Amino acid sequence: MNMSDTHSPASMPGLALGPVLYHWPREVVLDFYAMVADSPAEIVYLGETVCAKRRSLRRDDWLALARELAAAGKEVVFSSLALIEADSELRSLRRLCEDDAFTIEANDMAAVSILEERGRPFVAGATLNLYHPRSIAVLARAGMRRWVMPLELSRRAFADIRAALPETVASEVFAFGRLPLAYSARCFTARAHDLPKDDCQLRCLDDPDGLLLKTREGDDFLVLNGIQTQSAHSFNLMAAEVAGPPPADVLRLSPQSRHMPAILAAFDDWRHGRAGGGELAARLEDLLPSGSCNGYWLGGAGMQRLPTPAAQA
Amino acid sequence: MELVCPAGNPPALKSAVDHGAGAVYIGFRDDTNARHFAGLNFTDRQMEEGIRYAHARGVRVFVAINTYPQAAGWPRWQAAVERAAGLGVDALIAADVGVLDYAYERAPDLHRHLSVQGSATSAEAIRFYHRHFDIRRVVLPRVLSLRQLRRVVQDSPVPVEVFGFGSLCVMVEGRCLLSSYVTGQSPNTCGVCSPAAAVRWDETPAGRDSRLNGVLIDRYGPGEHAAYPTLCKGRFEVRGQTGYAIEQPTSLNTLALLPELAEMGVAAIKIEGRQRSPAYVAQVTRVWRAALDACARDPGSFRPRPDWQAVLQSVSEGAQTTFGAYHRSWQ
Repeated sequence: MNMSDTHSPASMPGLALGPVLYHWPREVVLDFYAMVADSPAEIVYLGETVCAKRRSLRRDDWLALARELAAAGKEVVFSSLALIEADSELRSLRRLCEDDAFTIEANDMAAVSILEERGRPFVAGATLNLYHPRSIAVLARAGMRRWVMPLELSRRAFADIRAALPETVASEVFAFGRLPLAYSARCFTARAHDLPKDDCQLRCLDDPDGLLLKTREGDDFLVLNGIQTQSAHSFNLMAAEVAGPPPADVLRLSPQSRHMPAILAAFDDWRHGRAGGGELAARLEDLLPSGSCNGYWLGGAGMQRLPTPAAQA
Repeated sequence: MELVCPAGNPPALKSAVDHGAGAVYIGFRDDTNARHFAGLNFTDRQMEEGIRYAHARGVRVFVAINTYPQAAGWPRWQAAVERAAGLGVDALIAADVGVLDYAYERAPDLHRHLSVQGSATSAEAIRFYHRHFDIRRVVLPRVLSLRQLRRVVQDSPVPVEVFGFGSLCVMVEGRCLLSSYVTGQSPNTCGVCSPAAAVRWDETPAGRDSRLNGVLIDRYGPGEHAAYPTLCKGRFEVRGQTGYAIEQPTSLNTLALLPELAEMGVAAIKIEGRQRSPAYVAQVTRVWRAALDACARDPGSFRPRPDWQAVLQSVSEGAQTTFGAYHRSWQ
């Protein structure tokens, strides 16, 4: 999936591996991307999007990793921090955007502003809130070449937008993983450890898939991941589209700490038509930390696991 | 600093105007604004009368069209922009780049403010909206510390409005999907958070349960004060302990920070609460008017008066007020 490609309706979707949203130790990150290099994913998003204090990898480590993945044939995209507060974060963002070697996923309008002024094409992340064709057209003029759909939109909204998508813009949908639902100035992981954010002791390292939050009835509900709050249930697009992938150019799989090779293989089977979504989704169910959901895509509440339209018929 | 007050209906607008607002912000009676609650907001006729009332007394009126439309509903947002322009409001408060783009094209003379729902937290982000839509003001999310705020005010190409008082969103506005995850409706898409239609109260042997679309948000024992189940303000279990894992019900109150906000060049203070009563608007506006006047007269010796704080405390949500993110300790 080259950024300069235009989208064509009938082609098989590309597989993208989203940025690792959790704080993993350096060796774990390096092992993970060694696996990714041999995986069926064509696109790999790298970098820290949640908290600037997480520095398992330095800038040079990331760049080395990017070169290795590019040498393995991957399209590498650096994802920018989703919430910019401190000056130091803005400076890092500028440095990221000024390096022309790799494409950037802009997750905040500050990144868009910098990239537009530099005349660099970019991927527009889901947090840019591009919910309809007119807002997409504005960002396309600013240099957006791929649009990542906001997580709460449905297949119907996707179809409406896709029909009106500019020729130069490809589409990407979040297809798998715990949903990153909210961002805050507060660190909820530090709060759970009764620590101030300024002295968080990087306790997010304890939880490779985030810190589970349950209701008082003991139901898995949300996941605390530093300043980010996620769904406990993993979104699984295969559990919503039994017939086959929707006509998106790219499907994004968000990493979890375990079983990613099996998950990547399942999505690869799905897009090649080697197995049905229902069957594959059922097979993945045991590999998820808290079960699955598909509500957003089918127009319901995000947490719901709704019957697929084909199953209803 | 301009005092920008909320009005969810015509009596609240009159309250704000009569008690010293510099500007009042209102919304149409549909999902084009971020307080789309039953019985709230203005018909065109009410808006027309409200604008006349405010303008006759030298008070400006802003209209919030600050949700994110989807393709199917887009004509409603277009119509809202055109109605606002036709009614002669003083500014539009918008978040979506498509809405801003449309407003810039169709009504270039109508001032545009970037809504808090636009999630702009840096001068660089503000520059994007300024460059494309010539925005005249930005409303910042409630997530920056005072030091960070000072930097944004300094570098921003447009004047900055900040929240001074009211309910405190712990999440970055425009970046929170928790409500649609649980109920299917969110601030971005529908202008609601934890909507009333999804709320259920159950009396059980274990206590009084509040639920949102079936999910247990909190459970109250006898004598415990039960709060509306805004889902980030519920009690949950993390690491084997039950408590306010995300946010305690608290209110933002920056009265004591006024001299600092004025000194750094903040252009306007916003009061939250279009969903609140005309009496709330009257009380809060009166206090903030007096405080802003006192601060303007003599910022050096400004101290919030105890009677002001008592009034604000009495209308606050939850047991306590806080400086929110303006103080690092909160972060």
